[in-house]
Amino acid sequence: MRDKILYALAAIAAVLLARNLYIIFFVLGEEKNQGAIWRIFEFHFPAGILGLSGFIVATIFSVVYLMSGNLKYDSIAAAINEVSLMFAAIVLVTGSIWARIIWGVWWAWEARLTSMLICWLIFAGYLMLRRAIEEPTQRARLSAVVCIFGGIDAVIVYKSIEWYRTLHPGPVLTIRGGGGMPPGWQETAYWNLLAMLCLATILVMVRMRQENVSREIDSLRRAAHAY
Amino acid sequence: MSAQAVEPAASIPASTFGGSVAEYLRQIQTIAAKDLRSEMRTKEALNASISFSIVILVLFSFAFDPSSDQLQEFSGGLLWVVFSFAGALVLNRSFARETQNDCLDGLLASPTPASALFLGKSLANYALLLAVEAVSLPVFALFYNLHWTGLFWPLVMVMLLGTWALTMIGTVFSALTVNLRLRELMLPTLVYPLMIPALMSAMTLTTDFFSGTPLGPDNMIWVRLMVAFDVIFTAVAIAVIDTVLTG
Repeated sequence: MRDKILYALAAIAAVLLARNLYIIFFVLGEEKNQGAIWRIFEFHFPAGILGLSGFIVATIFSVVYLMSGNLKYDSIAAAINEVSLMFAAIVLVTGSIWARIIWGVWWAWEARLTSMLICWLIFAGYLMLRRAIEEPTQRARLSAVVCIFGGIDAVIVYKSIEWYRTLHPGPVLTIRGGGGMPPGWQETAYWNLLAMLCLATILVMVRMRQENVSREIDSLRRAAHAY
Repeated sequence: MSAQAVEPAASIPASTFGGSVAEYLRQIQTIAAKDLRSEMRTKEALNASISFSIVILVLFSFAFDPSSDQLQEFSGGLLWVVFSFAGALVLNRSFARETQNDCLDGLLASPTPASALFLGKSLANYALLLAVEAVSLPVFALFYNLHWTGLFWPLVMVMLLGTWALTMIGTVFSALTVNLRLRELMLPTLVYPLMIPALMSAMTLTTDFFSGTPLGPDNMIWVRLMVAFDVIFTAVAIAVIDTVLTG
């Protein structure tokens, strides 16, 4: 059953990505000032949404783990954090490429760039901590605590760094009061968000299964040693 | 060394456990006094931390022109880099010193609640960090010719608030990393990114005070941010410390 869901999601993601890529490269035109590079936004924006919301969802699962003590939730939190970290890296890389063309520099110490990088560092620390602890329940307990600290801190980081002057383009989506995009551009970004959400779900499910299996192997090894 | 020092807390009858506030405060005080006493006998963390901060201060003089006027513009940042680096040494030792002779297990087995143990250790760390800062601030001002006495009390307030943030996060993560293989590496890697909102505020305000800008509507937001940071993470730390220490 689970395999079927995975394959179905993979098929949806593949079809959607193919469709979106076609639209992005052949249907939508160039931007007046930016030229071809604006297209990177269609990947930058969905990756940013998925990365940040992933950190928040992982924090919620960490709280659930601490309340229930069920290691399943620890696997979910770890898998989501790992996948979110990848999406956060995509945001930083695509943003850098865009900035190199438009601003002329790879990096600017601007509010949103800085806070994304800090979030990336916090949750990279989370994954490093997981690797440093052998015992599964101790690892789950301590990494859940780190995730809660990280999730709360990410919100404070975002608010506080926003108070610094900002260089990042203002909101362009109508939902944020932007409305600066021609028809079709915005929809494609949302379609891409859906495609990447499917992809993220697949990755999380696969990572979760790996996490569960490795824990099972670990407990079997312990049981074997006990005899 | 520690087992003897917690004797008063261990002698509390079970009926008062978690009962009265006075008892709880006494437990916190006992732990803090024990930590400070054992630190004062060896002064290992304090000496290392103070000499380390002076070494960094000297190193800074090679990173830029120490006599330039621009120094005022980033002096606050430099100072807090020194404080947080030197602080990591003190914080690392906080729980690590209890691993010898299984002292931490003894402390946890005593009727002292984990939160009292945490707050006691935090207060001791707070005192030690402030002591390190009290030494390195005048040295910093002397080396780099800064006017730090002009806005003395606002500066003290920033140091108290910023150091409390460092103490809270640092003490929780000291407890969290105490049994890890890579303890000395994990603590700074985890603590510094989390500390950024508080450190950023402290740096901005300290630079303002060094350059003679008093507290006004413009920079009041950083004070509020630091107070909020302190309150939020003190609450979170106390909420999770039981999970961290005893599971």
